[in-house]
Amino acid sequence: MARSIVVVDYGMGNLRSVSKAIEHVCAAGDQVMVTDDPQRIADADRIVFPGQGAARDCMAALSDHHLNRAILDTARDKPFLGICMGLQVLMEFSEENDGTPLLGLFPGQVRRFPDTSDANGNRLKVPHMGWSEVEQTREHALWEGIDDNARFYFVHSYFVDPTDSTLTVGATDYAARFTAALARGNLFAVQFHPEKSADAGLRLLRNFVEWQA
Amino acid sequence: MPVEYPLCTKIRNKIMLAKRIIPCLDVDAGRVVKGVKFVEIRDAGDPVEVARRYNEEGADEITFLDITASSDDRETIVHVVERVASEVFIPLTVGGGIRKVDDVRRMLNAGADKVAINTAAVFNPEFVKEATSRFGSQCIVVAIDAKKVSGEGEPLRWEIFTHGGRKPTGLDAIEWAQRMTEYGAGEILLTSMDRDGTKIGFDLDLTRAISEAVTIPVIASGGVGNLQHLVDGVVQGKADAVLAASIFHFAEYSIGEAKRFMADRGVEVRL
Repeated sequence: MARSIVVVDYGMGNLRSVSKAIEHVCAAGDQVMVTDDPQRIADADRIVFPGQGAARDCMAALSDHHLNRAILDTARDKPFLGICMGLQVLMEFSEENDGTPLLGLFPGQVRRFPDTSDANGNRLKVPHMGWSEVEQTREHALWEGIDDNARFYFVHSYFVDPTDSTLTVGATDYAARFTAALARGNLFAVQFHPEKSADAGLRLLRNFVEWQA
Repeated sequence: MPVEYPLCTKIRNKIMLAKRIIPCLDVDAGRVVKGVKFVEIRDAGDPVEVARRYNEEGADEITFLDITASSDDRETIVHVVERVASEVFIPLTVGGGIRKVDDVRRMLNAGADKVAINTAAVFNPEFVKEATSRFGSQCIVVAIDAKKVSGEGEPLRWEIFTHGGRKPTGLDAIEWAQRMTEYGAGEILLTSMDRDGTKIGFDLDLTRAISEAVTIPVIASGGVGNLQHLVDGVVQGKADAVLAASIFHFAEYSIGEAKRFMADRGVEVRL
């Protein structure tokens, strides 16, 4: 049966790559729609929730688009994929912008990478930009066919630190060891950009489209 | 190679970020120029075909430099980006002729992940601030064209040049890189105008000086003639990524060969 997949558009960042990548892995007949309409989001089979930019701007944009309720509801009852800020805003609170309250679906904070240096005195570059390994710390349907420690493309200065560490399904080291992917029930959310992560990323998106959550 | 960090709260002592290899394509009126040569490629002038090939070889990103002179043809790069972004799912950077916030928006909407601002940053530094606050640091690359100005025996010094390295600006390259970082740039694309096109290797002193002076990633560019140069750029130059054009275009080396060469010498790469 044809599926309907919604990419939530709340004005934070360009969603063309996300929607194109999903179209690329979809079956003929599947429908991919980019929308900010809460009704269409509620009606879709699957939700992709991307986002880039600052935490405060993202929260303001969600509120302006009257999407807080729609996101929290769909995050509880249908296959839901958060990407980058679409992961971070699910937490309680971010250190970004002198402290920003978030949607609060999961207990825990969003923290900035430390200002640290290696043994040779080289300062840690922030943002963490590029391809890092993701260790699959738990089995999950969305890891199907993807090598453990496969590399994905990241661009971020903040990372999620969930209070409940059992939510973590993928972890990455960048001076700090942080949660690169978390999952609960019908929800899977990643810090990296699967839509920019070549074959591994496309496979994860395909797994999401086919996921029987 | 894993880099060791001191232990502190919840901090692990390693970092496993791959050094990136970025092929750069010059695009004029929608066509790849400077003769890309591939075997078994139908149309080596088609940016989509070339980008697809580089993606298959394992490129970590692709950079397009729009060198279109005629304003009538400026729109063609937008269509190039749209077509590539629909088929190639790795990060895409577009540079050349980015002067206004609206130029940035058009490129991002077309599917570019990052936009490189060069000359416009020199003439209007506030533009960088405006672009980063509007679209986020992650998508703004500041391109720096630097040339050595210190004489023999003097302390090393580089200045920013415009117009393909012909016009000096009096701006100190290190200070400029730091200022652009403060203005929110997410990354620096550093080209040595002394080395560009020479194939004798990066200006490693310049690359290291800039990389150590800023906390954002630095892409080294200008002068790559062989694979050892790529290794030198990250090991001695401390670059986070290396950009090259001709050694990949003319099929002297594939991206895969470059990565294996680097991995064999202890550089962390995505294989």
